[in-house]
Amino acid sequence: MEILVILVPLALALGGAGLVAFLWSLRSGQYDDLDGAAWRAIADDEPPQEAPAKR
Amino acid sequence: MHVTRDFSHYVRAAGEGVQHIDLAVEGVHCAGCMAKIERGLSAIPDVTLARVNLTDRRVALEWKAGTLDPSRFIDRLEELGYKAYPFETESAEEAEVAESRFLLRCLGVAAFATMNVMMLSIPVWSGNVSDMLPEQRDFFHWLSALIALPAAAYAGQPFFRSAWRALSNKTTNMDVPISIGVCLALGMSVVETIHHAEHAYFDAAIMLLTFLLVGRFLDQNMRRRTRAVAGNLAALKAETAAKFVGPDEISQVPVAAIHPGDIVLLRPGERCAVDGTVIEGRSEIDQSLITGETLYVTAEQGTPVYAGSMNVSGTLRVRVSAASEATLLAEITRLLDNALQARSRYMRLADRASRLYAPVVHATALITILGWVIAGASWHDAIVVGVAVLIITCPCALGLAIPTVQTVASGAMFKSGVLLNSGDAIERLAEADHVIFDKTGTLTLPDLEVMNAADIPADIFDLAGRLALSSHHPVAAAVAQAAGAKSPIVGAVEEAGQGVRATVDGAEIRLGRLSFCGAEALVTDVTCLDPEASIVAFSKGGERFILSVRQGLRPDAQAVIAALKARNIGIEILSGDREPAVKAAAHALAIPEWRAGVTPADKIARIEELKRRGVKVLMVGDGMNDAPSLAAAHVSMSPISAAHLSQATADLVFLGRPLAPVVAAIDSARKALHLMRQNLWLAIGYNVLAGPVAISGVVTPLIAAAAMSGSSILVMLNSLRARSASREIV
Repeated sequence: MEILVILVPLALALGGAGLVAFLWSLRSGQYDDLDGAAWRAIADDEPPQEAPAKR
Repeated sequence: MHVTRDFSHYVRAAGEGVQHIDLAVEGVHCAGCMAKIERGLSAIPDVTLARVNLTDRRVALEWKAGTLDPSRFIDRLEELGYKAYPFETESAEEAEVAESRFLLRCLGVAAFATMNVMMLSIPVWSGNVSDMLPEQRDFFHWLSALIALPAAAYAGQPFFRSAWRALSNKTTNMDVPISIGVCLALGMSVVETIHHAEHAYFDAAIMLLTFLLVGRFLDQNMRRRTRAVAGNLAALKAETAAKFVGPDEISQVPVAAIHPGDIVLLRPGERCAVDGTVIEGRSEIDQSLITGETLYVTAEQGTPVYAGSMNVSGTLRVRVSAASEATLLAEITRLLDNALQARSRYMRLADRASRLYAPVVHATALITILGWVIAGASWHDAIVVGVAVLIITCPCALGLAIPTVQTVASGAMFKSGVLLNSGDAIERLAEADHVIFDKTGTLTLPDLEVMNAADIPADIFDLAGRLALSSHHPVAAAVAQAAGAKSPIVGAVEEAGQGVRATVDGAEIRLGRLSFCGAEALVTDVTCLDPEASIVAFSKGGERFILSVRQGLRPDAQAVIAALKARNIGIEILSGDREPAVKAAAHALAIPEWRAGVTPADKIARIEELKRRGVKVLMVGDGMNDAPSLAAAHVSMSPISAAHLSQATADLVFLGRPLAPVVAAIDSARKALHLMRQNLWLAIGYNVLAGPVAISGVVTPLIAAAAMSGSSILVMLNSLRARSASREIV
């Protein structure tokens, strides 16, 4: 049962990391526009402004 | 005269050398629009940020300070096909946004704690029936306490605060039993853990908070969204005025930047945004939005004009006496305040439910404790059972029953073109059994239409439309729109107060007053038929035609009235307009009950009379004269074209030309109320089943958790049925 000494803090740390990530995403305004974010994921990328000449 | 647009009122500094403006944009509804706008605006040099918010229909823009004029963005958006207006966040909306974020943060914390406590609880539950050592169980319980206690202290804040507020006002609400339940469950669990007991309820308490926060967040989010839409509406109405900044120089500024004493220019076809007195010029003004009267009033030096009146013919200079939205007749404001106070007394369904619920639950818990003590159990065991009763009957499903339906139903209403201004409007709308319509702008369309377009040869009508483009007169604008005219005639001349003329293919064409075109002889039956219509004449060489222009009924008004009748809803018209006009509309729509020439006070008196008879009135109106009666009615609706004040007062706002949203909203609301009641019964039914189990003292934390989540999920699934509101109105 000594394994608990590692597993329990590990589980809590992972959960805590999730919580911190959530609070960060909230603070950086990622929940302000849920409709827009859904569409942005499938929008095409902008064409490159000036394509560098290769070759 | 030189005209500039000045939006500096809306620009604010955002960090070093960067300026920021928020624009409300009309017509953004897909990913394509979003990409088009962002690319179009980013292409302007020196723009550092252009980001569309699709949920709120807004664009945030930032650029290097001093390099660009904000009106350039609005022009650019116009080129792209979107109408945009600068936008200022109201403090009410900011508060809603902050509250919404706080609830989401609480929800995040509670959800994190629930998951981790569950992870510790499941081993205990399975260990209790197998071979777990008491020391291990205690260890897991202490860990649960370590997570649950701080999490509950943080995430429970919305409930604790609201419960405290209610208790210090010597009332009670749903949050009082919730707070007592959560605190007792946590406190008892700590005591039990200290005594190495088998059961602790950390998981139940924190899970309860999580579910309740979901309901709270949904409720808040709906309110925030409504505020955002209402804020956009205010911005899209573009309340600007042409202010004189020099003797001959005009600047188009937002109404917020106009002060009493300023002089503004009111051009033909413009709606006045301020209260003031005419100091120069002569014109006719249309005050139908203020009085409901459709006849034009003559304005000259010394005539007072009020915000909302439309200038019809000449140009006026107006000295401002009161600016911004506070520009109202004192009487209207006073009536409005009284009416609003009366309405706040309406008790929401949720509050009524909790008022019955809390005493029953607390009495049951107390009786359970006493019963067990009398039956010979120890005080400790009796209290443990009593707390279990509180936990299991805690109004978890009850807290979700109403916000979930409200959220889903408001989404469904949004799709059929109805916006909600207040959360409990759904409940009140569902109860309405009598509809009072205003006529001007509500049953009729706010813009003018050409009634006899079919009687006129198409090529002549086209020509009249093109000629009309050269005039600012609202009647001419209606002719131009009806003809679908795009290219104005070169060399057209407008004669103030008379009409426009031009020469095409050697023949002179004229559009305007009858005398201007020499068409007096033609006026016979068309005018007699229609007392409301404005008559204009069109002449080409020797040919003469007359056009009858008036506000037409909304296209589906007849079908909507019939649909309302089929639903056994009483209908009447109360209008401030003249009798012949109201009579004609009532006749066309087959509405037997109508009154004309009604003042705002009369409208309220009529509503009060109906109220005394126990009738629940839905008032549908748009004018400023309707605002007090909108507030006095049980529930109210306004079209989007309504005066600012009416829109702010109405519970619901509907979009577009058809009247059908009125029926759709009533149907959705009735269905939603039905589902809310059903949900409440589901929640109560669950308590009736689970209560006796808890009283008998056999509830383990596992049973509590399963019962609680089961009932919550059931209620949420039931709420989703509000989405499938039928689109048929007849």
